[in-house]
Amino acid sequence: QGSFIDALVVLQMMVRDALNQAMDEELERDERVFLLGEEVAQYDGAYKVSRGLWKKYGDQRIIDTPISEVRAGLRPICEFMTFNFSMQAIDQVINSAAKTCYMSAGFQAVPIVFRGPNGSSAGVAAQHSQCFAAWYAHCPGLKVVSPWNSEDAKGLLKAAIRDDNPVVFMENELMYGVPFEMSEEALSKDFVLPIGKAKIERPGNHVTLVSHSRCVGHCLDAAAVLAKEGIECEVINLRSIRPMDTDAIEASVMKTNHLVTVEGGWPQFGVGAEICAKIMEGPAFNYLDAPVTRVTGVDIPMPYAKILEDNSVPQIKDIIFSIKKTLNV
Amino acid sequence: TLDIFFLNSCILTRDQGLSYYRCMQTIRRMELKADQLYKQKIIRGFCHLYDGQEACAAGIEAGIERTDHVITAYRAHAFTYTRGVSVREILAELTGRQGGVAKGKGGSMHMYAPHFYGGNGIVGAQVPLGAGIALACQYQGNGQICVALYGDGAANQGQLFETYNMAALWKLPCVFVCENNRYGMGTSVERAAASTDYYKRGDFIPGLRVDGMDVLCVREATKFAADHCRSGKGPILMELQTYRYHGHSMSDPGVSYRTREEVQEVRSKNDPISLLKERMLSNNMASAEELKEIDGEIRKEVDDAAQFATSDPEPPLDDLCKYIYHNSPPVQVRGTNPWAKLQSVSSS
Repeated sequence: QGSFIDALVVLQMMVRDALNQAMDEELERDERVFLLGEEVAQYDGAYKVSRGLWKKYGDQRIIDTPISEVRAGLRPICEFMTFNFSMQAIDQVINSAAKTCYMSAGFQAVPIVFRGPNGSSAGVAAQHSQCFAAWYAHCPGLKVVSPWNSEDAKGLLKAAIRDDNPVVFMENELMYGVPFEMSEEALSKDFVLPIGKAKIERPGNHVTLVSHSRCVGHCLDAAAVLAKEGIECEVINLRSIRPMDTDAIEASVMKTNHLVTVEGGWPQFGVGAEICAKIMEGPAFNYLDAPVTRVTGVDIPMPYAKILEDNSVPQIKDIIFSIKKTLNV
Repeated sequence: TLDIFFLNSCILTRDQGLSYYRCMQTIRRMELKADQLYKQKIIRGFCHLYDGQEACAAGIEAGIERTDHVITAYRAHAFTYTRGVSVREILAELTGRQGGVAKGKGGSMHMYAPHFYGGNGIVGAQVPLGAGIALACQYQGNGQICVALYGDGAANQGQLFETYNMAALWKLPCVFVCENNRYGMGTSVERAAASTDYYKRGDFIPGLRVDGMDVLCVREATKFAADHCRSGKGPILMELQTYRYHGHSMSDPGVSYRTREEVQEVRSKNDPISLLKERMLSNNMASAEELKEIDGEIRKEVDDAAQFATSDPEPPLDDLCKYIYHNSPPVQVRGTNPWAKLQSVSSS
C-alpha cells in the first residue's frame, strides 16, 4: 500500500511577469488587442513589463510610439511610462475616453486600457512620483484598478483588457520585481478577477485596514507585528478604486468597529477621504468606536534625498502608530 | 512632393448635382432652423452653426465611401447629417429630447453615427483620435480611410503636430482637413497664425489648398486625397477655404471682429448653394422650378423635424445613470445626497 502525498505545486512569479503573462494571453486570445506606448516594443518596455511581446507578436500588435494618443474599433492597451506622463494625454483619457459612452447614449464604447506605474518610486523626485488614483477615480465613465500582488496584476489586467470600458490600470514600479506565489488557478489562461471587488488578505477582529497597491504589503507587515501584541488586524486589499467595494469595507467595519485607511497618495481629496465620506453615509458609521484614521503620503511634492523621501510616504511604523491611536492603546 | 494639381474640369451628372444641391440646402435650412429654435430658447447651451460651409461637408461625403470614417470638432451638425443621421434626430438632440440621436445625452457637440465619431468639444482633440481611427483601418487592412477635420484655430495646437509626426511615420491612411473659415472664434487667421498657409502646416505631409465654397472642388480634392491614402502613400492634408455666416456660436453675433459688409460679400458672390445652382441652371441640368420644388420639400422636412424636436418628450429621469459603461454589471451611483442611491444601466 503506497502513500500518496498531494504536492501543492506553487510557482513564484514576479508582478512584472504576471502582467506580461496577462498581456501575452490576451494578445493571443483576441487579435483586436494591441499594445502601444513609449519603448514597449524594441526596448522590451521601460520597466520590462512588455519584454518578449514584440518578438512574439511583431510590429503590428506591439507599437513603439513617440508619445500619447489614440483609439478605434480595436482594443488598445496604452502604456504610460509612468502615470505622471499621462497628464500630457489626460484630456483624451477624460474627455475622449471616459465620457464618450455616456455622451453617445451607449453608441460608442471605448474598450481601452491605460496602464503604467503609478505613485512613488525610489529617488525619482517630485515630477515622477505622484499618485493619480484620486484624480482618475474622481471621474465617472472610467474604471480605476490598483493591483497589489502578482495574482492581482494578472487577473485584474486580463479583466481590464476584456472590459469594454476605459480602464485606468495603476501598477507600481517598486512592485514589479517582487515575487509572489501564484496558484494553479491563477496560472491558467482564463484567470480573470472581477473589477469592483476587494479581497480580504488577512482576517481580523480588532481593526480594519483598507489599502491599495504597495501599501497593502505594508499593512500586512504592520498586522504581523501587531499580532504579537494580541491586536488582530483585518487587511482589505481594495483592488479597485472605482468602482470601490464599499460593501466589503462596511461589513468589515461592522465587525471590527475601527477603520484605518492607508495609501501612498496625498491626503486631500484622496482615496482615504472618499472612504471616510462613504462610511459616514452608510450603515457602518454607527458601528465605529472611533473616527476613521487616514494614513497617507505627506502633503508635499516628493523630495529627492533618501532620508526625506523615506519620510514622505507611510512607513510600517506610521501604520502601527495610527492603529494604536485609533484603538486607543 | 506631389505634382501640382489644378482642377480644370470634372464630371457632374444631373443626379449628382441634384443630390449635392439637396444635401447642401438641407444643411442650410437645418442650421437656420436651429438658429430660430435657439433664439426661442428651445435649444440651449452651445450651438455652432455651419451655414456657409455646406460645400465642405457635402463635397467630402461625395468624395469618400460610406465605409470610410469621419471625425470633426464641434461644428458638427452638417457631418452628422451627411453621415446618415436624419434632420429629425439632429434637431431633437439639439432640443435635448429622447428622440435625439444621442437620446438627449450629448447635445450639439456629441452626435455619433456609424463611421462618424462626432462631434468633439475640446479643440484639436479629435485630430489624434482621427489618426487612431486611421491606425485601426491600417491594422485591419480594410482599405478604409479616415477624414479628420479641424479649424484654423485648432491648426496651431501642439497635438496636431504630434499627430502629423506619427501619421507620417506610420503612413496612416488619414486625410487631415483644415476648414479655414478665416476666424477662430473672434480671432482672424492673421492674428492667430505665424503662417496662414494651413495646407503647408503638415510640413512633411503633402498638402492641398481647395476652394471650400465649390462643392465640386471639394469633391475632387477629397477623391484625390482619399486615393493617395488608400494607395498606402500615407497621410495628406487638405485646406478648405470656406466661410461661416453665423458667428462662432449662437452667443456670438459675429460682427465685432469682422464687418457686415464682408459677410454680405461672401453671401452674394460666393455662396456655395448659389454657385451650384447657377452652374446647374446655366448648363441646363435642372430647371428653376425643379430646384424650387426641392426647396419646398426640404422646407417641409425641416419643419416636420422641428415639430418633432419641440414636441418629443425629454428623456426620463431613469436615463440619468444609463450608459455610463458598456457591457458592465450595474453599479450604485451616488445621487445629490446620501439617500439618493441610483443604479447604473449599461449599454450592450
